[in-house]
Amino acid sequence: MKANFVKVALGAGLLAATALAAPTAASAKTLVYCSEGSPEGFNPSLYTSGTTFDASSRNVFNRLVEFKRGTTTIIPGLATSWDVSADGLEYTFKLREGVKFHTTKDFTPTRDFNADDVIFTFKRQWDKNHPYHGVSGGSYEYFNSMSMPDLIKDIVKVDDYTVKFVLNRPEAPFIANMAMDFASVLSAEYADKMMEAGTPETVDLNPVGTGPFQMVQYQKDAVIRYKAFPEYWKGKAAIDNLIFAITPDSTVRYQKLKAGECHVMPYPNPADLTAMEADADINLMSQEGLNVGYLGYNTQKEPFTDAKVRKALNMAINKDAIIEGVYQGAGSPAKNPIPPTIWSYNNDIVDDKYDPEAAKAMLAEAGYPDGFKTDIWAMPVQRPYNPNARRMAELIQADWAKVGVDAEIVSYEWGEYLERTKKGEQGTFMLGWTGDNGDPDNFLAVLLGCDAVGSSNRAQWCDEEFNNLIQQAKTTSDVLERTRLYEEAQVVFKREAPWATIAHSVVFEPLRKEVVDYKIDPFGGHIFYGVDLED
Amino acid sequence: MLGFFMRRLGDVIPTFFGVTILVFLMIHLIPSDPIQMMAGERGVDPERYAELQKEYGFDQPLVVQYFNYLGGVLQGDLGKSFVTKRPVIEEFATLFPATIELSVMGILFAVIIGLPLGVIAAIYRGKWLDHLTMSVSLTGYSMPIFWWALLLIMFFSTTLGWTPVSGRLSVFYYIEPTTGFMLIDTLMSDEKGAFISALSHLILPTIALGTIPMAVIARMTRSSMLEVLGEEYIRVARAKGLSPMRVIMVHALRNALIPVITVIGLQVGVLFAGAILTETIFSWPGIGKWIVEALNRRDYPTIQGGILMIAFVVMGVNLLVDLMYGVINPRIRYKR
Repeated sequence: MKANFVKVALGAGLLAATALAAPTAASAKTLVYCSEGSPEGFNPSLYTSGTTFDASSRNVFNRLVEFKRGTTTIIPGLATSWDVSADGLEYTFKLREGVKFHTTKDFTPTRDFNADDVIFTFKRQWDKNHPYHGVSGGSYEYFNSMSMPDLIKDIVKVDDYTVKFVLNRPEAPFIANMAMDFASVLSAEYADKMMEAGTPETVDLNPVGTGPFQMVQYQKDAVIRYKAFPEYWKGKAAIDNLIFAITPDSTVRYQKLKAGECHVMPYPNPADLTAMEADADINLMSQEGLNVGYLGYNTQKEPFTDAKVRKALNMAINKDAIIEGVYQGAGSPAKNPIPPTIWSYNNDIVDDKYDPEAAKAMLAEAGYPDGFKTDIWAMPVQRPYNPNARRMAELIQADWAKVGVDAEIVSYEWGEYLERTKKGEQGTFMLGWTGDNGDPDNFLAVLLGCDAVGSSNRAQWCDEEFNNLIQQAKTTSDVLERTRLYEEAQVVFKREAPWATIAHSVVFEPLRKEVVDYKIDPFGGHIFYGVDLED
Repeated sequence: MLGFFMRRLGDVIPTFFGVTILVFLMIHLIPSDPIQMMAGERGVDPERYAELQKEYGFDQPLVVQYFNYLGGVLQGDLGKSFVTKRPVIEEFATLFPATIELSVMGILFAVIIGLPLGVIAAIYRGKWLDHLTMSVSLTGYSMPIFWWALLLIMFFSTTLGWTPVSGRLSVFYYIEPTTGFMLIDTLMSDEKGAFISALSHLILPTIALGTIPMAVIARMTRSSMLEVLGEEYIRVARAKGLSPMRVIMVHALRNALIPVITVIGLQVGVLFAGAILTETIFSWPGIGKWIVEALNRRDYPTIQGGILMIAFVVMGVNLLVDLMYGVINPRIRYKR
C-alpha cells in the first residue's frame, strides 16, 4: 500500500516536471478548432445540424453554386455558369472541368468531377427508387423541408459537363437552395465502388469530396483530423492541417483558447465576453446573425384578430430592456421579420416606438380600455435568437401589465410546444428563425405565407396583399424586381403587425491573435479555407 | 463457490428484465415526440411524419414496441441511433474503453488516497489530524463535480499551465485506436511523448471524478477501523507485543476492509453517474457524455442501450464484490 502510494506520488511529480511537452507542429501549419459537438455523420444531405455541416459540407465538399465567404452572395462553385429559361422552369448548369476528388484509404478516383456526380447527389435524395436512397437511414430532411421533392420535375444530364434541372413551377429561391449544405456534391464513382463492396454506408462515414480539406481520421466525441487537399481546384489552403477538438462545454472551450490549445472556438458564454475582449491574445469578432427572434400573435384568436390590438401591444414592449436583460448586449433590436444581412431588407421602415401611454390609448380605441387576459408562451430551449425565453416572457408580462393586459406565462416541453403552437392553441408565443439560404423567401414565405398556416406560420396569419407580393417575388428571377416586392411586403408586415419583432442575435467568434483572414459566416458556419496562421 | 456464483447470476436475470422495463417506460414517459424534436422550428409535414413514425416503430402500441426492443436486446441488438444511424452497440464499444479508463483511475485515486486517510484518522482519533482529514473528505464530498472540475482546470491548466485543459491526448499526436485504452494505445505506438501526454490528460478528470468516492471511502474506513480497533483481539495482539504497524495493517485493517469493499463496489455506480459530468466538462469521449447528448436529442435507442449496458456493468461489479468477500475474509462461506 505504502509503496504504491509513493510510486503514484513520484509519477505525478514526474509528470508535472515534464510539463506535458506536446510536440508542436514545427513546419506544418495546424489550426485547431474547438468544436462544440460531434457531427451526426459526414454526409450533409442526411442531417440538419450546423455541427455536422461544419465537419462536412463547409470544409470537405463543394456545391454547384456557393456563398461568397462571409456573405449571402451567390457565386459559382462546381458550376461555372447557369441559365434560367424564360418561363423560370429550367435551370441549366455548366460544370467546371478538371475538378479532382479526394483520395482516401477506401478510394482512389479514376476520373475528374462530372455530371454523373451531380445526378447521383440529387437523385439519391429525390428518387425513392435510387439504390442509395435508403442507405444510412435515408432521411433527407433539409431536401424535404425546402420542398425539393415537389419542386423538381426532372434532373437531366445534357452532356458530361452540363446538367439541367426541370421544375414543376417557377421558384426563384431555387438557386439559393443549390448553395445549401444538403446540395453538396458527392462522388458517384466512390458510391458505386462502395455499393459493389457491399458497404454503401461508408460513403456517409468516410467522406470523399472536392473541397479544400479531406478527412483523415474521426474519433467519436474526441477529434476530427483533416489535411489540406493539395489538388483543390481553387488552390491549396494556407493551413496544412485542420483539427476539430470536440469540446462541448463553452467555459472549457474558453479555457482551452486561453491556454493556446485551440485557435478558434464557437459559441462563447455571454458572461465571458468582457474578459475575452480584454484579453490581448484573443481577437473577439462579432456580426449580426442571420436570424430573428419574435413574439407572434395568434391572429385567428380574439382579440389578436384586430391589427390595432397587435400594434398596441408592440408599442407596449420595451425592446431595449430586453436586449439588455435577455441578450446581455449580444443582440440588436429587430424592426423587420428578416435580418439586415439579407438583401431586400427594408431599412426605411420605422419601428413601433415604445410608448405605453399611446399603447393604452390604442387599446381603448380597439375596445379594450381595461385591457384583457391572455397568455405568453415561452420556449423551453435556448436559441441564439432567444437565449432566455422565460426571462423575455417575464419582461413582456411586466410591460403589458402597465397597459392593463394581464398575461400568464405558459411553457411546454419543446416537441409539445412546437406541436401546440402549430395548431394555434396559444394567444401569443415566442419563437424565431435562422436563415437557411439567405433568400428573403426563406423567412417571409416560410413563416408568414398563407400556405404555411397550420405549420411554420404559427401566427396563423394569412394576409392577401402580403401573400400576393411574396408569391410574385417567388416566380420572377429578376433580383431588382424581387427586392422591390419584398420591400413592399415588409411595409405590409409592419402595418399589420402579426409579430412583435424582438431582436437579431449578435454572433461572437473568439479567435487567437495569430489567426488571420477569418470571416464570420452569416449562416453560422465555420469555414477554414482562406484562413491562415501567423508565426 | 460455484453454486453461489450461479445463484447470484440467477438473481441478475429478473433484475435485467426490471431494468429493461424501467428504462423503456421512463423514456416513453418523457412527454415529447422525438420526431418533432428533431424537426425543430422547421417542422415536418404530416405525410413525412407518418413515414418517420413507421420507420422508428412509433406507430405500434407501446407493449409491441417493448417486446420488439426486448427481442432485439436478447439477440444482442440494441437498435440503431436515431441521430447517427449507427448501431448502438458499436458506438458503445467505441466509447466504453474511455469511460473504463477514467473510472479505473478514479477508483484507484479514491482507494489510494481514501484508505490511508481513513486509517490515519482512526489512529489519531479526536486529534487535529483526524479533524483535518475528515474535514478534507467532507469538503470533497460536498463539492459539486462540475464546479470542482472547473476550479481544477482554472488553477492547474490555465493559471499554472501544468496540465492540459481537456481531451484524452494532445491533438498533435496521431494514434489509431487499437484497444481503445489510451494509455495502452500510446504505449504501443511509436509516437514519442504520447504516453506522457495521455497520462497528463488523465490527472484532472481522475481527481474530479475520484474525489467523492475518495471522501466516502475515507469516512467509511475510519468508522470501520474504529470499530475494529475496539475489539478484544486487537488488545490481545497489542498485548502480545506486536509492532503497532503490524497490529494496524494486518489485524485491524484486514477486518475493517469488509464494509469498505462493499462501499467501493457501490461507488462504481456513483462513478458512472459522476462520469456523466466529468466527461462533459473534460471533453472525455466516453459513454457518460454520449448518453447526455442522446437524452437531449431524445435518441431513444441510444439512451436505452446505454443505460442497459451501464446497469449490466454495475451488476457485474457488485457480483464481483460479493465474491471478493470470501477472499478477504475466509470466515465468510457461501452456504447453500
